[in-house]
Amino acid sequence: MTKTWVYKDNVDTDVIIPARYLNTSEPAELAKHCMEDIDKDFANEVKQGDVIIAGENFGCGSSREHAPIAIKASGIKAVIAKSFARIFFRNAINIGLVILKNAELPDEVKKGDEIDVDIENGTIKNLSTGKTYPTTAYTGSIKELIDIGGLVNYTKDKLGNSK
Amino acid sequence: MTRPMTITEKIFADHAGLESVKPGDLITAKVDLTLANDITGPVAVKEFKKTGAKKVFDTNRVVFVPDHFVPNKDIKSAEQVKMLRDFSREYGLKNFFDVGKMGIEHALLPELGLVGPGDLVIGADSHTCTYGALGAFSTGVGSTDLACAMALGETWFMVPETIKVEFDGKLNKWVSAKDLILFLIGQIGVDGALYQALEIGGSTIREMPIDGRFTICNMAIEAGAKNGIIEPDEITEEYVKGRCQRPYKFYKSDKDAEYSKILKYDVSEIEPQVAFPHLPENTKPISQVGNIKIDQSVIGSCTNGRISDLEIAADILKGRKVHPDVRLIVFPGTQDIYLEAIEKGYIQTIVKAGGAVSTPTCGPCLGGHMGILAKGERAISTTNRNFVGRMGDVESEVYLSSPAIAAASAVLGEITSPEKI
Repeated sequence: MTKTWVYKDNVDTDVIIPARYLNTSEPAELAKHCMEDIDKDFANEVKQGDVIIAGENFGCGSSREHAPIAIKASGIKAVIAKSFARIFFRNAINIGLVILKNAELPDEVKKGDEIDVDIENGTIKNLSTGKTYPTTAYTGSIKELIDIGGLVNYTKDKLGNSK
Repeated sequence: MTRPMTITEKIFADHAGLESVKPGDLITAKVDLTLANDITGPVAVKEFKKTGAKKVFDTNRVVFVPDHFVPNKDIKSAEQVKMLRDFSREYGLKNFFDVGKMGIEHALLPELGLVGPGDLVIGADSHTCTYGALGAFSTGVGSTDLACAMALGETWFMVPETIKVEFDGKLNKWVSAKDLILFLIGQIGVDGALYQALEIGGSTIREMPIDGRFTICNMAIEAGAKNGIIEPDEITEEYVKGRCQRPYKFYKSDKDAEYSKILKYDVSEIEPQVAFPHLPENTKPISQVGNIKIDQSVIGSCTNGRISDLEIAADILKGRKVHPDVRLIVFPGTQDIYLEAIEKGYIQTIVKAGGAVSTPTCGPCLGGHMGILAKGERAISTTNRNFVGRMGDVESEVYLSSPAIAAASAVLGEITSPEKI
């Protein structure tokens, strides 16, 4: 069952993963402290396949890739927000964390609602309310980047190091 | 005839080998320099190795500055820095800066002339946007982006729209560059320039010394901007001449370049600003701050750790004492700034006043070490972020201000203007 974790606008990278834990980059270690400063329950209760839903400017602040790494390692399947901060957006794409935009869902969802995310077709359904929301599927070079498995694979290809 | 372009668009076009670019274009552009620190660098090193690259694109242009948790705060931090030190030796990097030779990255790189006007720079640190003060395009990226650019010497960008901001008029007493950027963020919000370039000019900026320009561009990210940029001029030339290690180029926006928005402010109407917890956009003019007692005052960082920042703090502290209930922590941006502050007597003044002076580090700014707040404690700080838990406990508070306000507040024990002490 996909459960939702709902947050407001401007969720910053300092609360996604506080700097005091950045003396490591091990995903499992980072996941233990994910969202700790705004939600003490998250790290303990999050389940594989859960979804984070938030308002504007998700991931603002620092460039720490540890933020999307911590979210991904927590088992989160997708982050849906009204908008994303620029560096967080790039980082998420580069490491393969699914991020989707929708302007209405964040205002209409409650914590714990069941959500079905169809990444291929770009739709999100709130199973608790029955309402479906559109989201933009990735196109162009960003889709190519995702399809090839992220920026590292793209670079490997370009350097002629792919098997 | 090519389309008229902004300074940001011109730098992108040249680095992408294109005659012109427009907002929304996805381009691949050459980078002049890549930068990482002890938090983001280790992740970049791991990703770099995954690409199978045998060498970096240029050993002079891949820079590591361990500055966040140095001098190493614990064993894990020591391991992180060692990873960068080992990588630098193995790959023959010319620019790895260890304790004793380092500085806070965004104060250090311009000082050493590693970045210059017209450059395209990416750094795995969000405040990389600082170098826009020299008329460079510079922006923060994550570790994977950085790793791939270290290998390829290029990366992809979407050309941003540009917001033009014009500050005109004469600054009031005690109003500094920090107050202008805090004021602007207060006006447009922490996502007011999301994905966009923030081009900052006007007569006030044309008269502003380079230190203040660094402070302004440094905080462009706090409005969500991709970069902050100031057109280079005689003040820029004076700073970079004989300092820049590579040839540089002055780009200027065309008169009829397109902007998504033009914002104009008369600085004579702007007071010193204080950003209240927990966002940099929560600004108030000093006259409306009220009585807010503080436990700590922090002066320094990549935002305000330059010599003119220490000068103004020392001027205010001269002959005065830090309030008995306040810890004043001052951290110069680089070793050279530290030395100059010693030679000019600023450090002596600060220590005599009862302040602590630290070696250059990002430590307290991000709640790493060297000045962490306990539950319920409050700091005034010249740093750049006041998010929940930024400087310590989740229930501590950070108020952002200029060095003048932070120094005066350290003396009075509550947030105040230097006029009140």
